[in-house]
Amino acid sequence: MLEAALTRGYADPRALHGPGRDARLLLDNAREVVAECLGLTRDEVWFTSPSDAVQRGVLGLVAGNPRAGDDAVLSAVEHAAVRHALGWHARRRDVVPVEVGVDAAGRVDAAAFRDAAGAPGVAVAALQLANHEVGTVQPVAGLDLPAGVPLFLDASASLGLLDLPGSGWAAAAGHATSWSGPPGVGLLLVRRGARWANPFPGDPEPQDAGGGLPDVAGALAAAAALQATAAERAEVDARRRRLVDRIRAVAATLPDTEVVGDPVDRLPHLVTFSCLYLSGETLVRELDRLGFGVASGSACTASTLEPSHVLAAMGALTHGNVRVSLGRDTTEEQVERFVAALPDLVGRLRTEVGL
Amino acid sequence: MTGDEQEPVALELDCRGMLCPLPVIELGRRHVEVPVGAVVAVVTEDPAARTDVPAWCRMRGQEYLGEDSAADGVARYLVRRVG
Repeated sequence: MLEAALTRGYADPRALHGPGRDARLLLDNAREVVAECLGLTRDEVWFTSPSDAVQRGVLGLVAGNPRAGDDAVLSAVEHAAVRHALGWHARRRDVVPVEVGVDAAGRVDAAAFRDAAGAPGVAVAALQLANHEVGTVQPVAGLDLPAGVPLFLDASASLGLLDLPGSGWAAAAGHATSWSGPPGVGLLLVRRGARWANPFPGDPEPQDAGGGLPDVAGALAAAAALQATAAERAEVDARRRRLVDRIRAVAATLPDTEVVGDPVDRLPHLVTFSCLYLSGETLVRELDRLGFGVASGSACTASTLEPSHVLAAMGALTHGNVRVSLGRDTTEEQVERFVAALPDLVGRLRTEVGL
Repeated sequence: MTGDEQEPVALELDCRGMLCPLPVIELGRRHVEVPVGAVVAVVTEDPAARTDVPAWCRMRGQEYLGEDSAADGVARYLVRRVG
């Protein structure tokens, strides 16, 4: 399919010549496939970069709601892309986005979020489908926001892994990496009837690539990957949940270690824990030496030296943090090797600290 | 920390210039130097300490009292040794 896209879909799909029409056909085919997988119609699906999908998605709802005011409401654990987009908007209007706090599992309180969204002057509310660092699912389905306040749904960490709610949101963003698609492809989803307007220079309507040259091959690859993920989802989901449960159980037996995020209502592939007195950077390096590629929300692993705002909002320990993301083909043997290595590694590093 | 009668600080740990997890390691090592019921303070610019000192208290069964600042304006986190 990718080969077909590269040989037939190289042309500009906006052009009227034969190769252009061919590329347009392939792009619309990809759009159709994505729409079908997500339970949407094809005129609700646009291909763009992942960050553009977030920025245009959330800011387009503000632009489409000009009489509402300038305020924005978001959870305290939104992805940096959403925080940055709303922060950028707020600075230009001289307002401050309203952040709604989360509980120890990282879940926003639906009633508090609804109340904040109902304040006068709120143009948009933004909430993720599930958290990208700790996996906790947010109460999107039960939000029931006040009329006139559109919800931007950030599904960048979860599309293809969790069902998209059938209603209750006006625009959403997706990132093909969450369904093992190509990393440069994002989805901007705008519901029919949503009051959305392009917040950036260009045509007022949503467009692929923000009106630039669409990546037809990338769109086709993303659509094919989404279809494949949907087909194997039940099986892969069950396996990954079982493996995550295994890692959670072993991590919970480590002394002075807390496993964070909701244990059940979560993304199928993410597990996060923090080890007291240890450096996240050291844990990442040592695990890498053992052949395990993990991430960390600890300050020492961030360019800013600030700890993860997600962990901080949850009140979770931010140092010694390890985030494991299981691939669709991660095996039980790999996970067993990981959980066997973990107690020794944590014990050895603690001995070095003397605690 | 609010209240006009602030409890005396029995031990102030100067963790200025230290990055996480060093201030919490210092707290973990040295809080035993004060008697049970006394207050230990951690002075540090490390932004992670704002979350990690209360998290340490929760995980180690100690009492987090709150945050004020040292004379030079650096954040100071107050902990009561419970056990």
